[in-house]
Amino acid sequence: MIIGIPKEIFPGERRVAVAPENIEKFRKIGYEILVEANAGSEARLPDFSYEDAGATISGEAKEVWAKSDLILKIRPPSEQEVSLLKGGATLISFIHPAQNEELVKSLAERKVNVIAMDCVPRISRAQSMDALSSMANVAGYRAMVEAAHEFGRFFTGQITAAGKVPPAKVLVIGAGVAGLAAIGTARNMGAIVRAFDTRPAVKEEVKSLGAEFLELDFEEDGSGSGGYAKVMSKEFIEAEMKLFAEQAAEVDVIVTTAMIPGKKAPILITEEMLKGMNEGSVIVDLAAEGGGNCELTVSGKANRVHGVTILGYSDLPSRLPTQSSRLYGNNLTKLLQLLGGPDDFSIDFEDEILRGATVAKDGEVTWPPPKPAELSPTPKVAAKKEVVEPQSAEANSKSSLFSPGVLLGLVCMALLGLGWTSPTESVFLHQITVFVLSCFIGYMVIWNVTPALHTPLMSVTNAISGIILIGGMLFVSGSHPWLPWLAGVAILIATINIAGGFLVTQRMLKMFRK
Amino acid sequence: MSSGLVTSAYLVSGLLFILSLGGLSKQETARRGNLYGILGMILAILATLATLLGSAAPNFELLIPLMLVGGLIGAVLAKRVEMTAMPELVAILHSFVGMAAVLVGIACYLEHQDYEGTAKLIHEIEVVLGVFIGGITFSGSVVAFGKLRGSISGKPFLLPGRHLLNLGMLVACLWFGLAFLNGTGDPALHALLVVTAISLVLGIHLIMAIGGADMPVVVSMLNSYSGWAAAAAGFMLQNDLLIITGALVGSSGAILSYIMCKAMNRSLANVIFGGFGANAGKSSSGGEGLQGTVTETSAADVASALKEAKEVVIVPGYGMAVAQAQHVVKDIAETLRSQGVNVRFAIHPVAGRLPGHMNVLLAEANVPYDIVLEMDEINDDLPEVDVLLVVGANDIVNPSALEDSSSPIAGMPVIEAWKAKSVVALKRSMAAGYSGVENPLYFKENTDMLFGDAKDTLSAVYSAL
Repeated sequence: MIIGIPKEIFPGERRVAVAPENIEKFRKIGYEILVEANAGSEARLPDFSYEDAGATISGEAKEVWAKSDLILKIRPPSEQEVSLLKGGATLISFIHPAQNEELVKSLAERKVNVIAMDCVPRISRAQSMDALSSMANVAGYRAMVEAAHEFGRFFTGQITAAGKVPPAKVLVIGAGVAGLAAIGTARNMGAIVRAFDTRPAVKEEVKSLGAEFLELDFEEDGSGSGGYAKVMSKEFIEAEMKLFAEQAAEVDVIVTTAMIPGKKAPILITEEMLKGMNEGSVIVDLAAEGGGNCELTVSGKANRVHGVTILGYSDLPSRLPTQSSRLYGNNLTKLLQLLGGPDDFSIDFEDEILRGATVAKDGEVTWPPPKPAELSPTPKVAAKKEVVEPQSAEANSKSSLFSPGVLLGLVCMALLGLGWTSPTESVFLHQITVFVLSCFIGYMVIWNVTPALHTPLMSVTNAISGIILIGGMLFVSGSHPWLPWLAGVAILIATINIAGGFLVTQRMLKMFRK
Repeated sequence: MSSGLVTSAYLVSGLLFILSLGGLSKQETARRGNLYGILGMILAILATLATLLGSAAPNFELLIPLMLVGGLIGAVLAKRVEMTAMPELVAILHSFVGMAAVLVGIACYLEHQDYEGTAKLIHEIEVVLGVFIGGITFSGSVVAFGKLRGSISGKPFLLPGRHLLNLGMLVACLWFGLAFLNGTGDPALHALLVVTAISLVLGIHLIMAIGGADMPVVVSMLNSYSGWAAAAAGFMLQNDLLIITGALVGSSGAILSYIMCKAMNRSLANVIFGGFGANAGKSSSGGEGLQGTVTETSAADVASALKEAKEVVIVPGYGMAVAQAQHVVKDIAETLRSQGVNVRFAIHPVAGRLPGHMNVLLAEANVPYDIVLEMDEINDDLPEVDVLLVVGANDIVNPSALEDSSSPIAGMPVIEAWKAKSVVALKRSMAAGYSGVENPLYFKENTDMLFGDAKDTLSAVYSAL
């Protein structure tokens, strides 16, 4: 089977679907790879690097499209590209089937199997194939770089000989993958970062990156399905807008990432708020393609109004082409591993990921997929499970068995009983005294032993319990005919014990070093 | 030599034994502690020899060669034993004490038949108790030795109605014990021998029913028994040194058993009579199927992850001992430390087959003891750890102990490995641990598995470093 990697022809697109390091993995599974000449040149991945990895370079785009059984791409194919596709081939790329119904239909008519990278279900097993997330990560990073580029001051605060420089204040709205990447980048550049999200669950992630999480005095959870936020109530939005207006007047940079799947992006920054912003402030609108979160965003362009620069670039991942291509290539590699090698290649509809991502198969449009069984985006298993406190059982055993008062009482009673029943046996009482005191000393001393030395402790106690040797020694000269035998064996094994125990302890303790 | 001098010599050696155990509280003083123990023992032997010098027929021609041979055998054993085989050595040494206690008990009865009245009763109770405890210690330790060596299956061997059987044997011991107390001459001796025989069978039966991984508890329990046996011998011989030493050893073993039980959140009775692990098959399949996938990784990936990490924690378990992997673990730790990575070890109290077993193995491999930490010392630091390596451990890193109240190991304190940023678990296969409980750790997103014999895989990691 041949994998084809054509050059992206969409205007301004600089990425390529697969990087040279992915080629080797494809070859290992058993594929042949055909790469269109200059496919990666814009991403600084020259043809020879693909050749070195074992791919064949073809000068003709037509050849790549016509020969390949599996086409790997980033942007949805153009009409002309669709017409070049071989019947029965498989195409993997971004498709956006909701917006491109005609495209999906025409692909299905050509009996092309289509897997849409943007339809990979957002479940934990599919994370490694989630190209939307990996591209959002790049976009978030690049958004902050673009903002820093437009912004006329440092992001970080400094105290220099030439005066004090205050740090920039950054507000990130929507702490999804892109938002979190933007937060992390801004923090690394030294800015003060605040973040807002309607989903309280992301608060911890925001804080872990060192940003402040802004909260409304308002009880409403915005967690929707598939990891996105849902549309909020009217009252909530009013409170939210008030917060944004306050913040807009204070911060220098705003990055908005609010998108709701299948709907126009909500307007979060109104013209009114823009007027309140400082001269020279920058807004990066990551939702520009979906209509923009800012009222005055122009999709794909920079727009300067009321002294504020609004960046509406919709090609942020493409502006970091080498990184994006590598990440996208890794996503594709994982997906191909799921699809199988040339011998057992199959789009298995039993698999939740493949079913969700496949939009056309065997001439039929298979989008949208049937609703899967209710899948909560953040499994609440951990919360539901009862957390067992180890202390509870411990406390029980202590109170039943080791309560010092009870124990002491029992011991005292037993001793009194002994003293009462054997009033004349002073030897025995003396022995009991020695015994009980020794037990106490042992108890006190042993608790101090560090657990690391428990094995040496055992071997030492082993050695000293060989003291029973004395018993043997005393009887070896006894009068009964059995005695020399009994005592002799006792002496022999007790000395083995003593010598073995002490020497092995010595050997062990020598090994403990700092 | 006057008996007063002998008594004070015994007192001094008793003190030296206490100092010896006290010295083990810290690594710095431990070697001195061992020396105190040796000194105390030499003093006690010399004093006893001095007593014998005064007697009519000291029988030195039998005594001295036996002691020399015994000492030689002990020295060779101590020299030859592999550190991974320490549990076996300790177990077999326990059996010697038990055996010696039985022999001394019988000898004592044969020699001292001149007591009258209450004194006779007390003496004979002491004899029968000493023989009984010694017998259990002996046969139990032999079985433990066999289980630890693997020559007896580590699985619990459960007879039907075993509790009744134990009870029956105990009653029989009481019955023949009473016969011994009431009788005189040969019938009494026979009764004593029957008690010995029953106690031997009881010891075998008790320890056969306990599974391999509960051996830390069993070995420390037998340690305790051997102490009580020595103390009983002290009572019958009216020898204070034996009583002191026996009591010290007995309480030491008892405390160790208690610590081990606490580390598994089980009671001593549960360990001794539980037959743990026998019914685990039900509980593991009864629970909801574990969700998630197992990610396999390669030695090269582990090596590069280790190189990039700042904080690394290694959790060793019995698997490390079986694979003899402690040396390569140390090589990895040393290489990483020379590159500025903070490598530490986390030891669970019941890791391995003997209390403190992992510490000894790591010490053998020359790992400095100040980077070997106890579970409680390191648990709070784990969220800061970049890579956590689990080497042949299973139940002691199982999150269901804390999260799943229906789990058989619920409530057991564990090393909270899953809190580390990433976890690599080295394991021979996906089989469940000793407790038979599935380990959700392996299915966690931040956990990668590296399958194979720990020594081989770690050697591969080391060469990749």
